[in-house]
Amino acid sequence: MIMRFIYQLGSPPYFYALSGRLLPWLSGICLILFATGLYGGLVLAPADYQQGDSFRIIYIHVPAAWMSMFVYMVMAFSGAMALIWRIKIAEIILINSAHIGAVFTFLALVTGSIWGKPMWGTWWVWDARLTSELLLLFLYLGVLALYSAIDDKRKAARAVAILALVGVVNIPIIHYSVEWWSTLHQGPTITKFDKPSIDTRMLIPLLLMAVAHKFLYAIVVLLRARNDLLWRERRSQWVATLFKDGS
Amino acid sequence: MLQAFFIILQRDLILAIRHRAELMNPVLFFVLVVVLFPLGIGAEATILERIAPAIIWIAALLSALLSLDRIFRTDMEDGSLEQMLISAQPMSLLILAKIIAHWLITGLPVVIVGPLLALFLGLSIEGIETLFITLLLGTPILSAIGSVGVALTVGLRRGGVILSLLVLPLYVPVLIFASQAVDAAASGFPPVAAIAMLSALLLLSLSLTPWAASAALKMSVS
Repeated sequence: MIMRFIYQLGSPPYFYALSGRLLPWLSGICLILFATGLYGGLVLAPADYQQGDSFRIIYIHVPAAWMSMFVYMVMAFSGAMALIWRIKIAEIILINSAHIGAVFTFLALVTGSIWGKPMWGTWWVWDARLTSELLLLFLYLGVLALYSAIDDKRKAARAVAILALVGVVNIPIIHYSVEWWSTLHQGPTITKFDKPSIDTRMLIPLLLMAVAHKFLYAIVVLLRARNDLLWRERRSQWVATLFKDGS
Repeated sequence: MLQAFFIILQRDLILAIRHRAELMNPVLFFVLVVVLFPLGIGAEATILERIAPAIIWIAALLSALLSLDRIFRTDMEDGSLEQMLISAQPMSLLILAKIIAHWLITGLPVVIVGPLLALFLGLSIEGIETLFITLLLGTPILSAIGSVGVALTVGLRRGGVILSLLVLPLYVPVLIFASQAVDAAASGFPPVAAIAMLSALLLLSLSLTPWAASAALKMSVS
């Protein structure tokens, strides 16, 4: 049953039609989530008693940081699918996720920096989380560089799939080694603000924004995948018929 | 099967010994990088002693990176890599032999020269002993992880820059644990925990990377 669904999804025309039908729904839900999340976060939530209004950047920063991890997991998963079943759609999802994941990672770093300047008084500290996020950005850039360096795109996708799997084994190792490195060094004392039971009026918008970011990722990856798919299959019959009738 | 392993090992070592000038390059590079640091920082003994483990280890990472290409590049060019791939032997085993050969050629000289250079940087005897152990455990990891990077980029004309981007982030844990261990030993604490982590990384990388590298090579050669 599940295998049949995967095989069906692996067929480019089916994927194209299905994603076309899903996209309006996803966009609608995403819009609603962003609207409520942003309203809740920027207007309804009270100002933090220590950080004032500048804490509100977490409504972008924290979801982006979560997404940077999540997207890498998606990449590794679709990489495994691409290697095992040679599914073209999985290859396309894999490489288009890498672009989006790199952007999310960059966004998390930049927003963290902007928040850090008034809070810690510096743009950057060599804190464990910051450093492992930076290394994650390098892993993403490595994936993108490798993909663009190989001319044959199907071959490139397989190379990137192997790299993503190697990376996913390494991410926990890198993460914990960096954590250990930073705790043994004396850390700045105010880097990690302990969240003592965050107020629900602050938490609910944060969760809404996290889900909204997931939907945003799904929309962008589907849009990019559809374009990529049309370009790769531009000589095939189904693309020709698709553009002959109507659109 | 084991015979094929030793044949590849022997072959790679003979090939390396016949190119004696190339054999010296990684270790010369290693020494040069280490020498550059006191020139850049200044010859204050306290600073140098403090950062000696980091200097030695970063130089070791760079010299490993510089020599990684030779694991597969020449074999790719003369076609012997394809012969290995279509042979009846398991490719991951042959790759393990090539990793070990690469370590013997480029890693072992660094393991020997590194502690000597640490002496010039003023590291204490306890620190030097631990440095030797970490180099012994850590440099094979560099060859093993590097083999995957090379296998992915060997088919490319300009693989070098991409190789460093792929491999250096994966080297970070080795650098952290190794310099951690030396730091601890130099300031009188037992370095056992970091050394145990390095040993774990060594076993993990030696057992897993040949598989990944062989999958990557099949992709690169096809």
